[in-house]
Amino acid sequence: MEISSAVQLQELCSSKKKALPEIIAEYEAFRASKTTEQVRKDMAQILAVMRSSVEEGIKDKGEYAHIVKGYGVRVKDAIGQGKLLGDGLLQKVILYSLAVAQHNASLGRIVACPTAGSCGVVPGALLPIAEELGSTNDELIDALFVMGGVGIVSASQGPISGAEGGCQAECGVASAMAAGAITYLAGGTNEAVFDAASLALQSHLGLVCDPIASLVEVPCVTRNATSAVNAIVASNMVLAGIPAVVPFDETVAAMKAVGRAMPETLRETSQGGLAVTPTGRRIFKEMRRKYSLEN
Amino acid sequence: MAHIGLFDIVGPIMVGPSSSHTAGAVRLGLAASRILGERVQRAQIFLHGSFAATYWGHRTDVAVIAGLLGMGMADPEIPRAFELAEQAGLIYSFQSTDLGDVHPNSVRMKVWGSHEMVDLIGASIGGGRINIYSIDGFDVSVDGSYSVLITRHRDEPGIIAEITRVLALYNINIAFLDVSRKVRGLDALLIAQTDDPIPKEAVEHVLQLRGVMAVRNLPCF
Repeated sequence: MEISSAVQLQELCSSKKKALPEIIAEYEAFRASKTTEQVRKDMAQILAVMRSSVEEGIKDKGEYAHIVKGYGVRVKDAIGQGKLLGDGLLQKVILYSLAVAQHNASLGRIVACPTAGSCGVVPGALLPIAEELGSTNDELIDALFVMGGVGIVSASQGPISGAEGGCQAECGVASAMAAGAITYLAGGTNEAVFDAASLALQSHLGLVCDPIASLVEVPCVTRNATSAVNAIVASNMVLAGIPAVVPFDETVAAMKAVGRAMPETLRETSQGGLAVTPTGRRIFKEMRRKYSLEN
Repeated sequence: MAHIGLFDIVGPIMVGPSSSHTAGAVRLGLAASRILGERVQRAQIFLHGSFAATYWGHRTDVAVIAGLLGMGMADPEIPRAFELAEQAGLIYSFQSTDLGDVHPNSVRMKVWGSHEMVDLIGASIGGGRINIYSIDGFDVSVDGSYSVLITRHRDEPGIIAEITRVLALYNINIAFLDVSRKVRGLDALLIAQTDDPIPKEAVEHVLQLRGVMAVRNLPCF
């Protein structure tokens, strides 16, 4: 059993007459010589850690982070004080995604999805939607398999690291995975799942990886929030019948090509973008002075 | 890239912030403590390349010590590793180094227990995956996904056949086998990576073989 593209994966579903989550679970069971029950248990563990990372992240003051301090705490307080715009769902997506990404920056336990730097996107988009829909744990685990399927399709055709493809390959792919999962939870077809994934990734094309002082903090943490919100926007557009026009496989190929065209300075080297702004350079110098191994 | 693992994309479960600079570093430290086979009492850590340049931002130093203390990459106690090392009496030092033309996320770890000492070099190769590529100066390739038997023995005809015969006796299937030596006829190293865990009796049996001087047993981690 093999997964090489969204088209091939959807054909696999129709030829085997099985739902997307079932096919992904069978693929992994086959690949890793496990039972599908064991694979579902592993995914339940992923869900449990995603939830705990939200809970812990909301309380995380950023003790071990360098720049990003208490972003979850701040958003929670602001929501409590009625300061934020938009409805409860939007506010919760911002809260959850920032909380998880903040927790990662501060040595918290998270699920890299697909990377540690983009770990807030999937839980940030998916968990608030599941809470709103009143999804059961089993439905949520199914959605996580769909999310993983989008990730596997993406990884089999394009980069999954900032060093190779820039932020579009981390937050962009995470956003596509989240969009696929929430479209599935909302009752979307397999086609809708990959259309939403495609739209989510399309909005990230060209996004560079330019972390200040090589930290997974600025702009990574706040990008997790925008990529999570973007996933819901993409999903809603598809649920409204708006087509992706360019299918997911082609969007991934475009993302890969854009990544190749990106200069190395914009691929996780901290030699371009926000990292080399006067502020970025100043922070880097401060950090280097503080932590030099040669002292 | 036809068979990408689901939990390589959705995972690993780890302590942040970086899968290669934090999670991989924990696993490198853990590998060192497992290969040593006893509690680490002293460690000299040499950070190379990207590890040396960005260790402070991704807490690579804290992560390596956490691993030396026996923690895995998802252990919530990782942030407290320095404090726990002090309580455990683990003495350590960090230096930057140039290991030459190797993976940019490489680290050399010299670790001492009360009986043994091991000197190894490994790299964090992405997504929390690692590769130990040098043990006591011998070229190896160990990634922690298999049980490993490491022997130090005399470089003589027939010894490798004897060792693999013992493994077969305990019904252990060898997935990968590497042998290496520095000078003909002197010390040699064998690394057998196996599909099945290696029981204590098998390790003791190998140790009794003529020409075998030391055996280490490293469970997958």
